[in-house]
Amino acid sequence: MAKPKLSTVFLGGCFGCHMSLLDIDERIIELVDIVEIYKSPLVDRKVFEERSDIGLIEGGCVTEENVEVLLALRDHCDFLISVGECAIMGDIPSLRNTIPLRECIEEAYLNTVSTWNPTHNIPNDPELPLLLNRVHPCHDIVKIDAAIPGCPPRSDALWEALQALLHNKPVQLPYEILKYD
Amino acid sequence: MKEISFIIDGQKVRAQEGQTVLNAADDAGIFIPRLCNHPDLEPFGACRMCTVLINGKPQTACTHPASDGLEIQNDTPQLFNIRKSILDMLFIEGNHYCMFCEKSGFCELQALAYRFGITRPKFPYQYPRRTMDATHPDIFIDHDRCILCARCVRASRDVDHKHVFGFVGRGTAKKLAVSSAKGARDTNVSPDDKALSVCPVGTLMRKHVGYSVPIGKRLFDLMPIGSDIEEHVGKQGKE
Repeated sequence: MAKPKLSTVFLGGCFGCHMSLLDIDERIIELVDIVEIYKSPLVDRKVFEERSDIGLIEGGCVTEENVEVLLALRDHCDFLISVGECAIMGDIPSLRNTIPLRECIEEAYLNTVSTWNPTHNIPNDPELPLLLNRVHPCHDIVKIDAAIPGCPPRSDALWEALQALLHNKPVQLPYEILKYD
Repeated sequence: MKEISFIIDGQKVRAQEGQTVLNAADDAGIFIPRLCNHPDLEPFGACRMCTVLINGKPQTACTHPASDGLEIQNDTPQLFNIRKSILDMLFIEGNHYCMFCEKSGFCELQALAYRFGITRPKFPYQYPRRTMDATHPDIFIDHDRCILCARCVRASRDVDHKHVFGFVGRGTAKKLAVSSAKGARDTNVSPDDKALSVCPVGTLMRKHVGYSVPIGKRLFDLMPIGSDIEEHVGKQGKE
């Protein structure tokens, strides 16, 4: 029988949640024994060709590209989990939600004391993903089946959640490892 | 003092006349969740977290006097869901960034969310634009985290006798204010004030002492909020 497939995506975040996943240490060997890591920043597959059983999302939707990646993940995953506070509430990137986008960009590229920008241009290469007006948590965009809070979630929390799902049990994290910070 | 008895969730509880339902339940080792209530302050009944059904009617346990023969329901799925919704609303109405909050691990709002197993709010985030008052050399006031529980207002008025804090505005525009338009620096608030120590969230914080307790050793790291009450069955006891 084929192994269940696990996919992970990295949207607007700091990669800390993926680092937390890697931080399950030697259990990663056990994990790759029981699941196939199908599409993830940890492997090299570029597009979905098959469905995944579980999808993990790190980060919120900051750019248009983030939304496209999230929609593709939803289309190709049976069970989707928001991992970490960026995916759940926008977290640090969402601090800009109360400030107009133009003001944010001008502050970043033109106005800070440490900015050195002799051309006085704001980067606008077509290759750059377009910033959304505001940062969205993932459940604003697609249906999310579960969430694992934390910044980042503890590796034990990720491990427990994956173990539960792979054994067809509900995700119920023990009090000690359910943390928002 | 006259002894009385009443029922909480089918369990007989003995209490003293003059106690509130909340205090009597605490003494009997029954935890009723609360946010605006504090043992050193007069009950206020604002947050509605401690709402219980008393003889079938919703009442705030912190303000309702305990009396003989009351039939109280506290631990029901309906009340659990109502309390959870209150928590959900408090999270989306402010900007509660737990990950960089110095109060994390000691925050009663966060601890209740842990206890209720909230992993994400069910309502859309409002992302309100709120400000921080860092004008005082030893104190900052982060309005992002304020849940308008009025603990600081009552403590400043009744315990510190300073009247530093109050509310301005109404509805979603309601906010905590200090007694000077120039900010906290222009008031007589002090880091030792009771008002600061009773804040359940990270709104009123002392400067120069951030993150002093490591993760794993903070108040709510290992045991849920209310465990101390549930583990401690006082002299009143339940039967």
